[in-house]
Amino acid sequence: MLFTLSFVAYLLATTTYVVFFITQKKKIRSAARCLLFGAGILHTVTILGRYIAAGHTPLTTHHDTVSFFAWSMTWAFLSFRWRYQVKNLGTFVSLVISALMAIAALSSQDIAVLPPALQSVWLPIHASIAILADGFLAMGFCSGLMYLLQERELKKKRFGVFYSRLPSLEALDTLIHHCLTVGFPLLTLGIITGSFWAKQAWGSYWHWDPKETWSLITWFIYAAMLHQRFIAGWRGKRAAVLAIIGFVAVLFTLWGVTFLLPGVHSYVR
Amino acid sequence: MSADSILILGVNHKTAPVAVREQLAFSSDPERPFRSLKEIPGCAEFCFLSTCNRVEVIFTSPHQTETIQAIKKFLFATSNVKEEEIDNFIYLHRGTEAITHLYRVAASLDSMVVGEPQILGQLKDAYRNSSERECTGVILNRLLHKAFSVAKRIRTETNIGGSAVSISYAAVELAKKIFGNLEDKKVLLVGAGEMAELAAEHLINQGISEVIVANRTLERAVNLAKRFNGKAVGLNELHAQMELVDILVSSTGASGLILHQEEVKPIMKLRKNRPLFLIDIAVPRDLDPKLNDLDNVYLYDVDDLSQVVEVNKAEREQEAMRAERIVTEETLKFLHWIEEMQLTPTITALRQKADSIVKAELARTLSHCNLGAKEIKSIEKMAVAITSKLLHDPIHFIKQGHSHEDKQQKLDFARKIFGLDLESEKEE
Repeated sequence: MLFTLSFVAYLLATTTYVVFFITQKKKIRSAARCLLFGAGILHTVTILGRYIAAGHTPLTTHHDTVSFFAWSMTWAFLSFRWRYQVKNLGTFVSLVISALMAIAALSSQDIAVLPPALQSVWLPIHASIAILADGFLAMGFCSGLMYLLQERELKKKRFGVFYSRLPSLEALDTLIHHCLTVGFPLLTLGIITGSFWAKQAWGSYWHWDPKETWSLITWFIYAAMLHQRFIAGWRGKRAAVLAIIGFVAVLFTLWGVTFLLPGVHSYVR
Repeated sequence: MSADSILILGVNHKTAPVAVREQLAFSSDPERPFRSLKEIPGCAEFCFLSTCNRVEVIFTSPHQTETIQAIKKFLFATSNVKEEEIDNFIYLHRGTEAITHLYRVAASLDSMVVGEPQILGQLKDAYRNSSERECTGVILNRLLHKAFSVAKRIRTETNIGGSAVSISYAAVELAKKIFGNLEDKKVLLVGAGEMAELAAEHLINQGISEVIVANRTLERAVNLAKRFNGKAVGLNELHAQMELVDILVSSTGASGLILHQEEVKPIMKLRKNRPLFLIDIAVPRDLDPKLNDLDNVYLYDVDDLSQVVEVNKAEREQEAMRAERIVTEETLKFLHWIEEMQLTPTITALRQKADSIVKAELARTLSHCNLGAKEIKSIEKMAVAITSKLLHDPIHFIKQGHSHEDKQQKLDFARKIFGLDLESEKEE
């Protein structure tokens, strides 16, 4: 019930953001911000409720994971919001959040019984850090997408909907970089805590389980991107494209692995 | 003289692309246009205007077809445009249309960036150059002067120039979309022309941190750099400077490209791919169009810049409409003057003026005299006789023009001496 309420709140915020994107009226933007903030609070309460109902950190089912993903993206955005004035980022971010919420809404909301192997202090640490990382990387994806849209209009010299509505290339490039500098350490930490937990649960640090392999691949994509940025000055379009590719790898790690390559990480059903 | 003998033939940014316009640049020999146009038969008066967005000949001609052909040939003499293709690029305005067009040009309604202030100065220079060489006469002198006052009127009565739009303004808008904040950015001006100066001014208003001027002659570079507290370098240092700057404004008078794609590619590596914004406001172009294909390089030439301005065009459309109304109104006034500038209307006006003075003075004098009908009649006769005798010689003088030009001048002279156009001028 609470989940449905926060989903509706997100949808409202997204619609308001889209209306703002079209009309560019400042009042509508303030309304959208308030709505998103409210939705974020409601969602936090939802997750706390799930925690109490389940008796353990609710990050084991598909529904909970995707819902937490949306939650971390919301707060990644809201915490960024005050520091960086990036025009119309909210529209893009809220669209992704709503999509995630829709996916969460479609999957089973039953509370899972936790198998003994997963009962550990590492569960909340590993899973929340990993998904928080995803939240920031998702925002990096949004800014990468915005960068490509803006760069396209500037290069083609055809000024359509995006030219006046999107921020400057440099602002977007900086945002991509900031998302990575927060998201990448979190991702690293997520992998490390995961391997500690694996040691505790299954006896060895690394299993080459598909999810582990794919998070490593994702990690390498982002590591290469940061490395190239500092060494060869890969920025602008290349950084934007890589932020998008990296996020596709994140999504594959999240879903592709679960549904196509089952392993020890499968969600509790 | 009828309005239809006023013509304007030319190309502008709307009718011809940069690639064609740059072939018509007349910078190599500034005297050539005047020499060539003077030789064209039937080209009675003319004014030659050449800016980076337009080349126009404003002229009057009694027998027109051959004159028009000759002017076309003159305009395209240095280009590789085939004779049968010329008509695709030019416009020819006649009579009312020509007057309206000139007014619109002067008021910057026909500019690439509507409302930009440079064109009026350029038109004034063009007129001065033409009149100093005695290429203009009665008609064009009046027409051009009117054009200047129409432009001034539009500037004060409408808000057309209010948003301070110009090519450099458009460039600043773009720079903001690329860099966001311009405060820690550097700009390199290549070529020390007026356009470069204007662009630099706009950029400095936006807080740009440093201006560097590169020019073929170091002296001019130093002078311009001084104005902006910047530094001057020689053109041979161009590549080294490009590693450091963020924006480059090129406006040299070079006949070919001064910067190629292959030269900039290695520079981008040295810059660690920091974005580079290249603005080419030169005609002929200075920068290789292929530069835009490089990652993180954004190249805009004059034509591209116009599209940026298109974006907020709607806001100015209303002001433009008010300006167009002024143009229409002023065109009608000029047409009225031209109609009057003929022999019969001038003589009629002269006689009417004399008659009205006689009538007024008679009425005043006779109102306080006690005279009989007979005396009044003779006084009236005398007054009429004096004025018609006084006017006899001037009328004889204006009737006796040898050439067309001579007649025009005499008419103009007479109209001025007797103040025949004063009434309509007062209304303005």
